Amino acid sequence: MKSLRNFLDKKKPLFLPGGKLSKFGSTFGAFETFLFTPNHTSKTGSHIHDTIDLKRTMTVVIIALLPTLLFGSWNIGYQNGLAFGVERSIIENFIFGFLKVLPIMIVSYGVGLGIEFIVAQIRGHEVNEGFLVTGILIPLILPVNIPLWMVALATAFAVIFGKEIFGGTGYNVMNVALIARAFLFFAYPSEMSGDLVWVYDLAGNTPVDGFSGATPLAYAAQNASSEIASFKDMFLGLIPGSIGETSTLAVLIGAAVLIFTGIGSWKIMLATVLGTLFMGGICNLFPANEYMSIPAYTHLVMGGFAFGAVFMATDPVTASSTEKGKWIYGFMIGILVVLIRVFNPAYPEGMMLAILLMNVWAPLIDYFVIEGHVKRRLKRAKIKANA
Amino acid sequence: MSGKNFKMLSNPFNLQNPVTVQILGICSALAVTVKLKPAIVMGLSVIVVTAFSNLVISWMRNSIPPRIRIIVQLVVVATMVILVDQVLRAFVYDVSKQLSVYVGLIITNCIIMGRLEAFAMGNKPWPSFIDGIGNGIGYAVILIVVATVRELFGSGTLLGFKIVPQAFFDAGYVNNGMMIMPTMALILVGVIIWIQRSYFKQLNEKE
Repeated sequence: MKSLRNFLDKKKPLFLPGGKLSKFGSTFGAFETFLFTPNHTSKTGSHIHDTIDLKRTMTVVIIALLPTLLFGSWNIGYQNGLAFGVERSIIENFIFGFLKVLPIMIVSYGVGLGIEFIVAQIRGHEVNEGFLVTGILIPLILPVNIPLWMVALATAFAVIFGKEIFGGTGYNVMNVALIARAFLFFAYPSEMSGDLVWVYDLAGNTPVDGFSGATPLAYAAQNASSEIASFKDMFLGLIPGSIGETSTLAVLIGAAVLIFTGIGSWKIMLATVLGTLFMGGICNLFPANEYMSIPAYTHLVMGGFAFGAVFMATDPVTASSTEKGKWIYGFMIGILVVLIRVFNPAYPEGMMLAILLMNVWAPLIDYFVIEGHVKRRLKRAKIKANA
Repeated sequence: MSGKNFKMLSNPFNLQNPVTVQILGICSALAVTVKLKPAIVMGLSVIVVTAFSNLVISWMRNSIPPRIRIIVQLVVVATMVILVDQVLRAFVYDVSKQLSVYVGLIITNCIIMGRLEAFAMGNKPWPSFIDGIGNGIGYAVILIVVATVRELFGSGTLLGFKIVPQAFFDAGYVNNGMMIMPTMALILVGVIIWIQRSYFKQLNEKE
């Protein structure tokens, strides 16, 4: 540790303004703060700081994402085994799947961080940690068969057009990882939807009899509710789907971490669940087709709902920031998810589009919440003045 | 051609570009740029319509009562558009079908009304004609650039000819479906504006 510190201190003058490599100052800064707690002190204004900075926040989110990553890796192996009738142990399944996820993760981090570093050098900013979480979210919401060049293209698109043009980390209007997914979804629909993309190597190979690779959402969209996996299987995540989203249980462990550390907003998570149950309940009351009559709580374990509600909707940058606004924001996501899923046959999953739409609305919700607050206070002040 | 006239022709090409600087005519720029051929035809049509409406309005400018000038301008533009539409139907029927309502909607293209109001109403016919051609070209250039990118990456062709080799597709390359959608045209126009503004700093608003 000491020798590393000494090494950094010796190299530092090179990167300071006037040094030979001062162009790469922010790259150096990024590595230095990554390795050691920064010792900056404030020079003006407020001198009270929370000990938890952006880097620690991101680290906690990554820890919360680990269960979904581990389970997702195992599930890739498990689903592949089911499809082709291969028997593997738990560890073998996990290693099989992890080796499929790893390249996607490397590409997503490589491209994303590469762009972040380049932009930081051009602008002379510090390199922000925002991509640490996005880089792991992107692989988790993609199907396992996705070609790597598509991952690279989508990551580049999302980082440049979703984040950097707005000013970088903390200024983005919409969730960056979801922009990457939405880009792929609309640009390469054949690689992002259908029954063949969710299980490794299913396209072009014949699986064992009776295995179709269709997700519960695909069955539901075809009004084949008897084919949907059991609630228990969907809750545990033994179903085909995007890499990290299948297991509601793993997501709940992550949710517990986020809520316990106070990093994710439990209000948004709860409001999303309530919104889904509300809209699902309305569908149950007027069941015009089979999809509308499946129990409302099934929506909570199908597809990417849990993952989106816990890790995507709660993104502090793109969600509403007022307390009342968070309830409205989450509730609307819940309603939209069911609406898109049930009433739009072109999109079996609605979580991505629901969150992106509400991301755009979040500032408007905040605006009205604050305006309402101001009006109430003014009214109270007037009554007092009259009395 | 005098230097002043040449400037009127070349200015809309870059620093006064109607699409990327004045942000006019975006709607049709998104709608007709999926393929290169309709974009070129649309660009030519707009050049013709702006040039000749400018010319006619400039001739009439001293006898148009100011209160009803907009309706007079509309009548002139509509006449030009109908002429262009008939010519397209007669000679390039398939392209005219692809362009569908967008030829008719040239009437509402803000570039044309903008040039009539801002230029032709106060200038002599010849400069107005040149100004119309210049602005039409400024519009057409952006259309052609956007359409080239969209057709190349969205369909793998240019003017209907295959450009992306089959070997690419065999290796796993897939046409980008997003390029077919108007969304991507908007993003492409945005990218052009971005590049233009970072080269020509005088376009940036002063803070």
